[in-house]
Amino acid sequence: MTVEYIVFGVMFVVALGSSLAMLFAKNAVHAALFLVATQIALAIAFLLQGAFFVAAIQIILYAGAIMVLFLFVIMLLGVDRQEALVEPLPGQRPLAIGLGALLATEILWIAFRGLDLVAAGGGGGEALTGLNRDPGNVKALAGSLFGKYTFPFEATSVLLVVAIVGVMMLARRINALSSGDRVAETDAAREDLVAGRRGAA
Amino acid sequence: MSIDPSYYLALAGLMFAIGVVGTLTRRNAIVIFMFIELMLNAVNLIFVTFARMWGNVDGQVLVFFVLVVAAAEAVVGLAIILVIARRRETSNVDDISMLKW
Repeated sequence: MTVEYIVFGVMFVVALGSSLAMLFAKNAVHAALFLVATQIALAIAFLLQGAFFVAAIQIILYAGAIMVLFLFVIMLLGVDRQEALVEPLPGQRPLAIGLGALLATEILWIAFRGLDLVAAGGGGGEALTGLNRDPGNVKALAGSLFGKYTFPFEATSVLLVVAIVGVMMLARRINALSSGDRVAETDAAREDLVAGRRGAA
Repeated sequence: MSIDPSYYLALAGLMFAIGVVGTLTRRNAIVIFMFIELMLNAVNLIFVTFARMWGNVDGQVLVFFVLVVAAAEAVVGLAIILVIARRRETSNVDDISMLKW
């Protein structure tokens, strides 16, 4: 299957190159776009491994919804802010890069040498191909999600509700603050202004 | 599906390490969040690869849970960043060193 190797190679280069480019991107918008490229490449990796529904969800939810949210917040905060070059903790960056390289080495070692530990009872890709063929990928996923994993599924709904309530609380606090510290100053200033105008009139 | 799972795991590991390095070195809170998303994506790739290795869809189901957690985390985190940015006019994590102000 030469085509598969070509697709995998392109996906590998795009995914790794985009994530590396994220590291060196000066602009937050560029970093977000590189992340979108990484996620689309990962969707191709999911397709290659027979996870068709997950690949679709990856593009719709990650590359679509979540990244739009990120871009939205970047636009709200302004894009042209430069990162500060002052280091409050000296030597933190080289240390982080060194430890990151160490972590990468370890994971690479596990990926290539320690696989027999995790693949002890593996059924292999053929079993998954069979599953994708007979009940179908979505059907198999749904059967697992609503059968074996019903409780975690319901728990995630609780998590989502908690997140929604939390965000609403945060958003409400912004409004509550408008009668609080800083915005109140502008409100007071505006009132003063109005009062001053009235006084002048 | 003939490519060795090791290569997928290697890619995921490298992406995870890049995410760690980015989270530790970058200073912009939004960019840090993006690197956290990158790490979650790498873990998703590992789950899908393991699902293929084990020949069932359990790993793919776990991707959904990771997705839900990632979405909730992104929404709440970005809301917090927005609130801080409105009050402090910054998204630099070095400037946000106080718990109370």
